[in-house]
Amino acid sequence: MIDTATAITGTGVVAGLGYAPVQWVKPAPILPLGHDRLVGEALRDAEVTRWKAAVETVASRLTLRAATNSGAAAEVLGATAALATDRGLQRAAGKLMAAGSTAEAATVDSIAQFIVKFEKLGGLMAERVTDLGDIRNRVVSELLGLPEPGVPTPVAPIILLAEDLAPADTATLDPALIHGIATRLGGPTSHTAIIARQLGIPCVVAATDLQDVPDGAMALIDGAAGTVEVGADPEQAEAKVQADAARRAAVQSWKGPGRTQDGTAVEVLANVQDGAGARAAAKYPAAGVGLFRTELCFLSAAHEPSVAEQASIYSEVLAAFPGQKVVIRTLDAGSDKPVPFVVHPDEENPALGVRGIRLGNADPGLLERQLDGIALAAEQQGVASAKVMAPMIATVDEARDFAAACRQRRLSPGIMVEVPSAALLADAFLAEVDFMSIGTNDLTQYTMAADRMAPSLAALTDPWQPAVLRLIRLAAAAGTSAQKPVGVCGEAAADPLLACILVGLGLSSLSMAPNAVAAVGLQLESVTLEQCQQGAAAVLRCTTAREARSMARELLS
Amino acid sequence: MTTQTVVVGSPVGLHARPAAMIATAAGAYEEEILLSIEGEDEVDATSALMIMTLGADFGASVTVESENAAAVAEIAALIAKDLDS
Repeated sequence: MIDTATAITGTGVVAGLGYAPVQWVKPAPILPLGHDRLVGEALRDAEVTRWKAAVETVASRLTLRAATNSGAAAEVLGATAALATDRGLQRAAGKLMAAGSTAEAATVDSIAQFIVKFEKLGGLMAERVTDLGDIRNRVVSELLGLPEPGVPTPVAPIILLAEDLAPADTATLDPALIHGIATRLGGPTSHTAIIARQLGIPCVVAATDLQDVPDGAMALIDGAAGTVEVGADPEQAEAKVQADAARRAAVQSWKGPGRTQDGTAVEVLANVQDGAGARAAAKYPAAGVGLFRTELCFLSAAHEPSVAEQASIYSEVLAAFPGQKVVIRTLDAGSDKPVPFVVHPDEENPALGVRGIRLGNADPGLLERQLDGIALAAEQQGVASAKVMAPMIATVDEARDFAAACRQRRLSPGIMVEVPSAALLADAFLAEVDFMSIGTNDLTQYTMAADRMAPSLAALTDPWQPAVLRLIRLAAAAGTSAQKPVGVCGEAAADPLLACILVGLGLSSLSMAPNAVAAVGLQLESVTLEQCQQGAAAVLRCTTAREARSMARELLS
Repeated sequence: MTTQTVVVGSPVGLHARPAAMIATAAGAYEEEILLSIEGEDEVDATSALMIMTLGADFGASVTVESENAAAVAEIAALIAKDLDS
């Protein structure tokens, strides 16, 4: 028993409170090699029987879970169950056991054969490697009599603890039972954070001291403060959770429009990636689309869509928000986000390579045709001077060329601010274009020189980093003096507290995941513009991300 | 022995879902059904994993081979279809 309350601090990524016993994601078993031990011929059939029983148990558990889930989760689980009993795998394992392998070694080695092949094939096939590793770990654990690895399937509410969650782990998370997620690794843009945000589960990542919390301990998770408190007073904890539930109900009922308590208008917008997403986003109280990522419509297109085909895709999104603001971003593909019809060079360092506007170096026609498609869609939907912005702009020349190409087609040009140079020279850029939108995920990654995908660098890839906030201020100030709108699209805008700071810095629009819109709108309504400005001024004096965050919380919540 | 060569119609190639659907359909036949792409070893069509090892992308040519002509026709038709939508 821990008798004094201890709060473990991490990075809060999804606001909300939860109070429940904790349960760890069971780690993968240590894989037995067993190659030094050859099973005698008389006992080989018994190994096969043991192997078959283990595989069947694992598959039937997955099938059972598939039956109690629906939609994508059921499909993922069903597909994993089918892979476990695949005939090709059966044959490979059977061959190994016939030659004297133990059931455990045959499991490891047969699956390794497929992993090697899939890794060699790359692309989509390589994604199956995670599934195969998951099946292997489940079967080996079963053979060794260990608990099944992976996410537990609780019968009563829990707080889920893990090193980090893999996509396969998160397919079946049920917000009714998982009242919070805390991980030792991961950052605000890690997979865990994205899934938790989608499901609305309070979430804390990068809580490095979590390892000492034992299974079953009662914990209070606070996704806004970024803490996991063990040994909290149960009555107080329950009261806090109930108050939070009331707050979340208030979020549910927020209908817009976006404004501060004293009535300063703030555009609260949604990020979307296709027509279906835009139609779903239109059900939330968003005032429009601040970022339409066009590359995701093309991920499975083998050939470049014609101008007319592109226009029909863009039209769908424009039609979902008639008469409202929609900002279309041109193709942001790169060798890390490959689009099949674009030739991507092999790059050692894709985040710093040929991506976004730089694709035009090799194929200038690609951008021209996309702008033609956007202009056609705007004409079809009756949108005058549709807003288009280019990603990865680093020089004023790039912005000037892009603006000219847009204006030829009566489109209103803007740029993304992701490269620090665009924030540093914001006034010069704004002389060329009509608006700017700050992509905080990339701006943070490039300012801090820290890979946003690297879980161990979460503390660096934090938009509360003072250096990032100062760059945002530079861009915002340039917008104010040029009287041109500067907004934010990125995970930072989805953090209600940071959203207030961004407004205080002078930004006029915030674009985020559609389900974050209401929480941000509600928070903005609870503060005045002056409070936001005071908060921004105070935060800009901070020297660490943690200090900035707690200063903002003190002044604004 | 019947053989038929068709072009992969699923935009993702013979990947997870299309491979699983083909393996399930192939499993309904008694006779062996083999798939191959030019220059590579044949694989058992009842195994989704083996089908995926072909690495057959959208537009690739895949040959179906079996003693059962109806099986060849059914599997070839599945390969040519877009199974991922």
